Amino acid sequence: MLNGKQAAAAAEQIRFVLDDEVVTLVNPAPTRTILQFLREDLRRTGSKEGCAEGDCGACTVVLGELVARDGTERVQLRAVNACIQFLPTLDGKAIYTVETLKRQDGSLHPVQQALVDTHGSQCGFCTPGFVMSLFALFKNDAAPDRACVADALSGNLCRCTGYRPIFEAADRMYQCGDQRDWLNRPGTLAANTVDADEQALISQLKALRRETDLRVETGDARYFAPSSLAEFATLREQMPDARILAGGTDVGLWVTKQHRELPVLLYIGNVAELKGIDRSDTHFEIGAAASLTDAFAALNGAYPELAELWRRFASMPVRNAGTLGGNIANGSPIGDSMPVLICLGTSVVLRKGALTRELALEDLYLDYQKNAMQPGEFIERIRVPRSRPGWVVRSYKIAKRFDQDISAVCAAFALHLDAGAVAEARIAYGGMAATPRRAAAAEAALAGQPWQEPAARAAMAALDADYTPLSDMRASSGYRMQVAKNALYRLWLETRPDAPLASAQVNVFQLV
Amino acid sequence: MNNADPIVRPGASAAHESAHLHVAGEATYVDDIPELAGTLHAALGLSAKPHARIRSIDFAAVTAMPGVVAVLTAADIPGSNDCGPIIHDDPILADGEVHYVGQPMFAVVATSVDVARRAARRAVVDYEVLPAELDPRAARAAESFVLPPMRRVCGEPAQKLAAAPHRLQGQWSVGGQEQFYLEGQVSYCAPREDGCLQLWCSTQHPTEMQHVVAHCLNKASNQVVVEMRRMGGGFGGKESQSALFACVASLAASKLKRPVKLRLDRDDDMMITGKRHDFYYDYDVGFDDEGRILAVRVEMIARAGFSADLSGPVATRALCHFDNAYFLSDADISALCARTNTQSNTAFRGFGGPQGAIAIEYILDSIARRLGLDALDVRKANFYGKSDRNLTPYGQTVADNVIHELVADLEQSSDYRARREEILRWNADSPIIKKGLALTPVKFGISFNVVHFNQAGALVHIYTDGSMLVNHGGAEMGQGLNTKVAQVVAMTLGVPLSRVRATAADTSKVANTSATAASTGADLNGKAAEDAALQIRARLAALAAARFGGTAEAVRFADEQVSGEGWQIAFDELVKLAYEARVQLWSDGFYATPGLHWNRETLTGSPFFYFAYGAAVSEVAVDTLTGEWKLLRADLLHDAGNSINPAIDIGQVEGAYIQGMGWLTTEELVWNDVGRLTTHAPSTYKIPAVADCPAVFNTRLFHNPNHVDTIMRSKAVGEPPLLLPFSVFFAIRDAIAAVAEGNVAPPLLAPATGEAILNAVEAVRAARAQP
Repeated sequence: MLNGKQAAAAAEQIRFVLDDEVVTLVNPAPTRTILQFLREDLRRTGSKEGCAEGDCGACTVVLGELVARDGTERVQLRAVNACIQFLPTLDGKAIYTVETLKRQDGSLHPVQQALVDTHGSQCGFCTPGFVMSLFALFKNDAAPDRACVADALSGNLCRCTGYRPIFEAADRMYQCGDQRDWLNRPGTLAANTVDADEQALISQLKALRRETDLRVETGDARYFAPSSLAEFATLREQMPDARILAGGTDVGLWVTKQHRELPVLLYIGNVAELKGIDRSDTHFEIGAAASLTDAFAALNGAYPELAELWRRFASMPVRNAGTLGGNIANGSPIGDSMPVLICLGTSVVLRKGALTRELALEDLYLDYQKNAMQPGEFIERIRVPRSRPGWVVRSYKIAKRFDQDISAVCAAFALHLDAGAVAEARIAYGGMAATPRRAAAAEAALAGQPWQEPAARAAMAALDADYTPLSDMRASSGYRMQVAKNALYRLWLETRPDAPLASAQVNVFQLV
Repeated sequence: MNNADPIVRPGASAAHESAHLHVAGEATYVDDIPELAGTLHAALGLSAKPHARIRSIDFAAVTAMPGVVAVLTAADIPGSNDCGPIIHDDPILADGEVHYVGQPMFAVVATSVDVARRAARRAVVDYEVLPAELDPRAARAAESFVLPPMRRVCGEPAQKLAAAPHRLQGQWSVGGQEQFYLEGQVSYCAPREDGCLQLWCSTQHPTEMQHVVAHCLNKASNQVVVEMRRMGGGFGGKESQSALFACVASLAASKLKRPVKLRLDRDDDMMITGKRHDFYYDYDVGFDDEGRILAVRVEMIARAGFSADLSGPVATRALCHFDNAYFLSDADISALCARTNTQSNTAFRGFGGPQGAIAIEYILDSIARRLGLDALDVRKANFYGKSDRNLTPYGQTVADNVIHELVADLEQSSDYRARREEILRWNADSPIIKKGLALTPVKFGISFNVVHFNQAGALVHIYTDGSMLVNHGGAEMGQGLNTKVAQVVAMTLGVPLSRVRATAADTSKVANTSATAASTGADLNGKAAEDAALQIRARLAALAAARFGGTAEAVRFADEQVSGEGWQIAFDELVKLAYEARVQLWSDGFYATPGLHWNRETLTGSPFFYFAYGAAVSEVAVDTLTGEWKLLRADLLHDAGNSINPAIDIGQVEGAYIQGMGWLTTEELVWNDVGRLTTHAPSTYKIPAVADCPAVFNTRLFHNPNHVDTIMRSKAVGEPPLLLPFSVFFAIRDAIAAVAEGNVAPPLLAPATGEAILNAVEAVRAARAQP
């Protein structure tokens, strides 16, 4: 490991900022996790391993990246799970760990001091992760409400405190300590102005920009991080068996949990063309490498009724790292984005070399973990139609826990209502079949019918013909079928022409 | 925090002694200790079958992997292949036969964690599959137990049941619970000279780790030193079950003459280790028109798993807590430890107490619904009396009953009655979402049921600069034990808390310690530390009195000053004088809880030094279409005696409430039909997360100095509040009952997952349809 400022990085070097210093690594092992690097190589043992699958948050670190926001170059700080992030993906970024925050003079960061003051740690093992999630919130939001705090902490488990004092700390951190240093000044990233410290960091990160594509090779593993779409497409075509790596929130577990060998990784996180989100008159065009956080933020503008679904999608650190393209490409039968995207008429643009084709999202999925992509083909972008007048859209996630749980059932509906009747119905479910799939019989039962209880009941009954769900540790087949039907009933209650119920009357999570 | 309790004492509500380290990532856990040169890493090979004979294991692919140093099996254990805490039926490594999916069969030692774990999966095991029992009720039917059944009968339950005007009979069950300490099991062992071993182990019981390691390696206890600075959570899961990992790390270190660390992957941890026992009940209760219980019979079947572990004392505590806060004049209580081919269930905060007490709460709630009464009124009608109706089924008199005034206080402060009315109105206008409310009480007995465990030792050192160090037999797992013990020392010697440093539990300092368990940590170790501090204080007082006049008894220690009649000296100065006068400035201390006795044959005696009390009101909203629910408000009132540290105690109360809520709601253990636990990671096993914390969360301590002589008249607070979230479960049941008119008792099983709730909703709807 080399420290200090350097000229442009060679192809096999990664460079990142840690504690204000540029760290250079030569040929880092592609599947070594950031957490392993911190704990084992640097002996920075503040970040903990609680689960090695991104579900407990004890390993939470904050990554800083250059982004363009409203036409201005800004630093974006986001919490991620170090346990499932591969080390080479740090290239070009800044990383903040719990050790970064305490000042040289021994004084604690406001986040840290607030947790001490509110008795927010007991055993202390989860605490560094909470500190880092709160630190990201502290920098990104000057005055978060309780819901924002809960969202920021949705990926952190604490077994001791019951969370009440941690909520208190999230309030108190804004009144704690002095604000001498940039790290200690809250909400600066939410401000419209770039302060001098952020500007310095921007300069530091800009200096890390690559002039050559990253190509790491160790004994038995290779890692490519092209920076252009064309180069990525070429590599993909040359190496159809390579594993595409985006946010790593699933692939990371293949290594930490399944001990799979991944001899070739193709990282798409440096491909600027794939990270963008464009809005046309008719569609959101979401690049395959856009984070879930960014994709959902864009979609929320058009579909505010989906906000709870996105809030319940995994956790904030997972949404920060994970990509919508990854969720879709993975094609898990319990992926939460697909049912509603299918209902909305989403399509995917697939690319192979220079050739592209567009496919309806529902046609991407052939069977359990089998999709319609050709060898060498990849998802370039996701085209989500913008909201259309006369359509009602809902998606309901049913799981054991509100935060960061995998759905037992995820129901999604898009109905075109015209003069009190269902002109068109698009219904899709996750958790009910081997793939996210439309409910043809239920849709047929609604098509052309008055949007009244008999039609809703007929569609509910038709689900028996559409699905034969499995029993597993999340739910029995009977429960899955019943809540699938009841979700349709909830939809009717919420959207019926006569005396529709407010969402707070049918959904406990909307109660205040 | 709404703590109206005006307790003021030196160091009260001091932050946890490690808080400043926790938040900075500077608190050292076992895996954070800088590794010694040459450290190797171990991983375990686990059984894939619930019950089988191991014909052979082919390790060729394991040993062929670069970096693998050794493979260890039962044959490598020189001493006893057993790590059972009481009954010796717990193999360290399976010897010829496996008894559950996940049982460790061998250990791979390698140059890195990654290599060890990958290599361990490469072994090829030839199993001869044997019949497996996975169902506790079936095991009970087959009379397959790990220990003999226990039964306690008081009064004339059979006759009283037959004569009772009302009768309810039924079956019920409550699920188990994974401890889910955030820091997984970990042991790190370094060989020392002359066959000695230094072991760092995340454990609640360093002494037992010392013993099992010594037995496993044919060593004397004086060859094994166990050090334990802190755990990243224990909750009972590191009381006995840290032993297997301590033994394997020590075996490997001893055999290879290299430091060896065994840190478990989360999934392996959950597959290997035991959990809170799931319980299955058959009950029969007779009661009068007011809901007063006239007689009750209950059989409690606990899933012990494949071995005894701590199931015996867990079942005993369940039996001794079936009464909870209620007088049961005529009772027939039995507790059975069913043998199943699953993980060996073990301690978990409450240790059977919650499983015993929730059964009577379910029965009382059912009685109230049968009679159409508010469940709170039925509960009150059954409360223990103060001077009569105060004998427990096991023969101990309840001498410190404060449940009446505590519940009255909470009933008022939580606005229970008005909210009950408001919820009735709200539900009438709400077709889909139903709200529910419940108040449940807690009475919890404090002490180990095994009398001789109720002892502790401590060391207090005063250095010549006036700084102090306290070492005791208790293990810090986040509960604030070290903070409280340091506060005791500081208070006793009249100095600020900042002078006192608590250090790692260490078997070479305080010997023959008990587990930090049964909520007794501060009671026992606080008293022992006080004893040590008092001895030093007496010596200092005698010296000062001799030098400056007056009697030693009249010398006061406060605010870093020592004073007598007409004189005062700085504490530091007196310490220097004492050193120069060759007065011993350090001392040991010892404590044994007085007055305990317990007859294991008759299941009678006075096993508890005192009782801790509490109550909680919970309000929930339930979605009757999906079974999803939300906790809207919680009001907790808990008796911590004269709290040594109210902030720490409130943290224990709140944390236990949420943890217990998880047990009764989202935390579901699922074994598939071939006995494999399928909920073995946080992706599938859901402990409460941040959104589960209610927006309105009022917690107070009930001011009630202990009537017996405990440390500072405080009360133990670790386990009792784990019972407070019974109110969440019964609030959910209350909300479900609102689906139907009349008095239908929802057949709600615990954990009340969305699915369990929806099943109960459907059952209530069906009952309404067929009056």
